Amino acid sequence: MEKARPLWANSLQFVFACISYAVGLGNVWRFPYLCQMYGGGSFLVPYIIMLIVEGMPLLYLELAVGQRMRQGSIGAWRTISPYLSGVGVASVVVSFFLSMYYNVINAWAFWYLFHSFQDPLPWSVCPLNGNHTGYDEECEKASSTQYFWYRKTLNISPSLQENGGVQWEPALCLLLAWLVVYLCILRGTESTGKIEQLANPKAWINAATQIFFSLGLGFGSLIAFASYNEPSNNCQKHAIIVSLINSFTSIFASIVTFSIYGFKATFNYENCLKKVSLLLTNTFDLEDGFLTASNLEQVKGYLASAYPSKYSEMFPQIKNCSLESELDTAVQGTGLAFIVYTEAIKNMEVSQLWSVLYFFMLLMLGIGSMLGNTAAILTPLTDSKIISSHLPKEAISGLVCLVNCAIGMVFTMEAGNYWFDIFNDYAATLSLLLIVLVETIAVCYVYGLRRFESDLKAMTGRAVSWYWKVMWAGVSPLLIVSLFVFYLSDYILTGTLKYQAWDASQGQLVTKDYPAYALAVIGLLVASSTMCIPLAALGTFVQRRLKRGDADPVA
Amino acid sequence: MVAFSMRKVPNREATEISHVLLCNVTQRVSFWFVVTDPSKNHTLPAVEVQSAIRMNKNRINNAFFLNDQTLEFLKIPSTLAPPMDPSVPIWIIIFGVIFCIIIVAIALLILSGIWQRRRKNKEPSEVDDAEDKCENMITIENGIPSDPLDMKGGHINDAFMTEDERLTPL
Repeated sequence: MEKARPLWANSLQFVFACISYAVGLGNVWRFPYLCQMYGGGSFLVPYIIMLIVEGMPLLYLELAVGQRMRQGSIGAWRTISPYLSGVGVASVVVSFFLSMYYNVINAWAFWYLFHSFQDPLPWSVCPLNGNHTGYDEECEKASSTQYFWYRKTLNISPSLQENGGVQWEPALCLLLAWLVVYLCILRGTESTGKIEQLANPKAWINAATQIFFSLGLGFGSLIAFASYNEPSNNCQKHAIIVSLINSFTSIFASIVTFSIYGFKATFNYENCLKKVSLLLTNTFDLEDGFLTASNLEQVKGYLASAYPSKYSEMFPQIKNCSLESELDTAVQGTGLAFIVYTEAIKNMEVSQLWSVLYFFMLLMLGIGSMLGNTAAILTPLTDSKIISSHLPKEAISGLVCLVNCAIGMVFTMEAGNYWFDIFNDYAATLSLLLIVLVETIAVCYVYGLRRFESDLKAMTGRAVSWYWKVMWAGVSPLLIVSLFVFYLSDYILTGTLKYQAWDASQGQLVTKDYPAYALAVIGLLVASSTMCIPLAALGTFVQRRLKRGDADPVA
Repeated sequence: MVAFSMRKVPNREATEISHVLLCNVTQRVSFWFVVTDPSKNHTLPAVEVQSAIRMNKNRINNAFFLNDQTLEFLKIPSTLAPPMDPSVPIWIIIFGVIFCIIIVAIALLILSGIWQRRRKNKEPSEVDDAEDKCENMITIENGIPSDPLDMKGGHINDAFMTEDERLTPL
């Protein structure tokens, strides 16, 4: 007999919650970048294969575990085997790290959203320098959108070591972002589903990684969501639906992103041509309108031969305008979302409207994923009797949000973006691979694949097809192991880790080495989540030994 | 226009058009000019002329229907118009509005949660606790949730109260 567990009002709400969690910013800024890097449309081949072979089986597994055990990640894995409660703890730790830094993105989206209600958009013009004779130097060297991002939004310091203080503007936006998340999770996870919103071996590895992280496996969020399901829920169907929608959203987002790239590239190319034409017209006193895009090269050649000295004098100032080089700028991550997109938006008609819509969309995606993350943390906490007997649900949620918000203030400092990159690159990657590997092995070999299969059949009333069994027991673990080995060897081979720092004097990014304490933090991030698994197993072992030691004298 | 600008400078009110000398006039409407002292002894220093032109550039532009991009005085950097800077940044206003809405919504949700819990705590004190717990557990045990008997709203039939005595704790 169990205490009445809150349920989703209907299965549609559950599906929407999963979709809103899985469809996140990665679909918008990571997938289009990968497509561009690995051959455009042909990237879809490894992506779809990995989706079918790795994404769907693992998603189904997580949902089934949650629905069967009807508890959050810690309780679910403890039920499967007491030695494996560490897997649940590791999931919670990783989710905790993720929620710490992920909400900063929402804070930036709020910042840009609030600044979109001005004419002209603040990132479309450079501010003036001291005596109003020209534009600010840093803005001239970089572009106005880069300046707005690096200087006005982040106020970034030249390196990781120079910490600077907490900036009050992003800190306020972060506070607001956490208040919004708290508002949504206040009443518990059931209320979060209401909003809908998803050759080369490197290509395959990146496809596998993208599917993996895009679906949000291993964080415990999917287990948490599924634990609120009716036992008879058809989670197989839902697993397929969620993963398909997630992939379609990625593909749709790339179509949009590529058209934005094209627009921006064309605009910049035409601007470049105009500047060169003006420069030539002024220097050689040519007729206005004589130079066009088509005859530019011819005229340049003629001028070079007719006035060689004059031409060679001004030659350094002529830029070589090329549409291909504009299109080649592939960017991912915050650079894509906040620099490239804003640059494209500022050139559109009615740019305020597009800007507001775009950042609103980013917010929806970001907050949806945040709700899944916080569910992963809150569900085990509210399940645990010790904590939930002392504090009401609202207080637990409030405490989690407060702690995360306070720690998140680190990312609003001047060097905050560098710490953000550290968390983004290292907090979740290796640990998640390990967690999902242990999960798959635990369900198939520790709990027993036959036992799990009969449980599912009893619960949902449908038999588990052979395809899923083959994937769970064989193919997916092998894939994860190979991914894991690849990443580990990659980290070892590249030696010291480097990061990109913004150089204000040059107006561009430069590569620098991480200092020792940053490397220590990275090591700590990875270790703290992965070590949970063996430590918890050891703890349970010791506990059992002690109990057996006490019981022996009696027997 | 140049003479007009020079006239705006103190001490130079008497500058006339004849004091401005042109040279090197080209077909493409560009020329060099100097401004001479009224006594026609010497030319005025460039710095003075430059600052005078700078102050009146807007009027010169408007007279010719040109702007800073189309009419350029070499070595006179144009004064750029600063972007509009309202006293209170707009984003703070919008932030304030959204912030207040969210705070109000959170407060409402928390308060309604507290009221609901208080109401729930008041009712069970009238009904027997063991009976209630048994009732709640039975409804979930089959996996099919069914509505528990609504003992809160209806009248308690004394004839059935004797059932309590049968449920002796083990």
